[in-house]
Amino acid sequence: MSAEAADETESVGTRATDSRHAAERIALGSIGLLALVMLGFVFVDWLRQLGGPAGAVGVAVFEGYVGAGGALDALLGTRVFEFPGTIRAVATGVLVGIVGPLVGAFLVHRQMALIGETLAHTAFAGVAIGVVVTGLTGLAGTREQLIFVAFFVSALAALGLQRLTERTDSYGDVPIAIVLTGSFALGTLLISAFRDRIAIGIEIEDFLFGQLAIVTVDGTRMVAVLTVAVVALVVLNYKQLFYITFDEQAARVARINVGGYNSLLIVMTALVVVGAMQILGVILVAGLLVIPAAAASQVGRSFRETLSLSVIFGQCSVLLGIFLALVGGLPAGGSIILVAIAVYALAVGLSDRSTNLSVH
Amino acid sequence: MTFAYGETVAVENVSLTVEEGSFLGLIGPNGSGKTTLLHLLIGLKEPDSGSVELFGQPMSAFEDGERIGYVSQRATDRSGTMPVSVREAVLMGRFPHAGLGRIGEEDREIAARALERVGIAELADRPIGQLSGGQRQRAFIARALASEADLLALDEPTVGVDADSRTEFYNMLDELNDEGITIILIEHDVDILTEHVDSVACLNRELYHHGDTVSFLESDAIAEAYGTTGRVIAHEHP
Repeated sequence: MSAEAADETESVGTRATDSRHAAERIALGSIGLLALVMLGFVFVDWLRQLGGPAGAVGVAVFEGYVGAGGALDALLGTRVFEFPGTIRAVATGVLVGIVGPLVGAFLVHRQMALIGETLAHTAFAGVAIGVVVTGLTGLAGTREQLIFVAFFVSALAALGLQRLTERTDSYGDVPIAIVLTGSFALGTLLISAFRDRIAIGIEIEDFLFGQLAIVTVDGTRMVAVLTVAVVALVVLNYKQLFYITFDEQAARVARINVGGYNSLLIVMTALVVVGAMQILGVILVAGLLVIPAAAASQVGRSFRETLSLSVIFGQCSVLLGIFLALVGGLPAGGSIILVAIAVYALAVGLSDRSTNLSVH
Repeated sequence: MTFAYGETVAVENVSLTVEEGSFLGLIGPNGSGKTTLLHLLIGLKEPDSGSVELFGQPMSAFEDGERIGYVSQRATDRSGTMPVSVREAVLMGRFPHAGLGRIGEEDREIAARALERVGIAELADRPIGQLSGGQRQRAFIARALASEADLLALDEPTVGVDADSRTEFYNMLDELNDEGITIILIEHDVDILTEHVDSVACLNRELYHHGDTVSFLESDAIAEAYGTTGRVIAHEHP
């Protein structure tokens, strides 16, 4: 090849990279905007309950959102988006579609892909504990209370699991398998034992398989708060999380608090899992963390690009998955995960990468 | 100092001082505790008895992580499977400087200069997993340079690197050492080690020899450390 031809190839390559980065920036920008719109909805949903002038503003804007949902229905020929419950479910989906893959990208490369699955099962135990505690204390045992308990149990279990794996010196399969099955066993036993003694006002299946209709006002609000918190924490601690993921020993030598950042990552994972569990269910939630990140790793040329692509792929899966579920009357968890796997298959097909990611 | 993994003593009663600006080679048979000693020296492990001081500070009080550049054995990082560009890997050297703050333009310039220094500036945008073994090790040296490290700790950096690249790599280490960077290096090849380092610590659980390279070559330390029946890795010259 002549020098000119080489220059030509080089500049074509640079142009291709530039347009690829531009496309990624546009996609990320759109997702950011969509997230802001959804956070706005959660905010006015809260505001309208306050009453007074602020409440009046909230009601007005809320009506605007519902109207926009109706317009979307008219456009698509559906009758789903005009219901506030659907908008709440979509808002929850959009937000977990950002934080799930964001946290997942770190987990996949720490070879902790199944930790999400494990924490979801501990959250199930949390729900069961919540059912028993609220039942025995005479509380209503609403879904909000149960999810709140699940948040705590899952975060505590996350820290316990980290302790366990530090003692066994690796994120091996064994502690994962023990905690995963153990917490599920606890959950099933608790619910069976107390089924006859206390009224259980919820369908356990909804938590297992996820259900757009179980997304409540409070559940959405919790997801909104945790989304803002997790995104802020990842942005603030990006360098440290990146360093410990890439080369833990060198990070230790650089006097980065590896244990502390591990705890941060795992607690963030626990929170994200409980948030996402409402839509995806205990059994499928890990897929939202792992599959988009795995797809992004096939095509990303830098870690920053991989993170962006994880969020983009995750968001596409959530939006398309929820849409198919709403239109076809299907469970959202299954359709989101299958769309994500289709994206992954596409990424593998497009990838020029010979190395394979280990997702155990 | 002494360090044991459970009942197995890996490093016993080793006492040594690494002079600033020196180029120290650690040598010993497989399983002789070389990596453990290196980890003790840079604070990745704590001794069971004894103490380590880094730059005159006790290890527990040592906070200046950026002063040490550590290049581990190749298997411990994720450069094979994780999509990380060479530029990103080198920028990590600036992370301890930045703390919770942002990486700025100056940090990027320092990282770019480090990449030029090790001669792989044109590879900056490539995923580090696509580099050859020698190029990858240069990228990690660049990370240490970007960190403005005073001490390089290298654990068998040229395993699996072809002979020509290895020679170039060692020549580069010589230059960095001449510029005042202290280097501690584990290398199993006695010939290449003694050609470049200015002092040698010969180890097999206990320290058999620590001194300049000439005195090491004149001593019987290597035969003692490897044992009379043990296989000496030194190359035979016809």
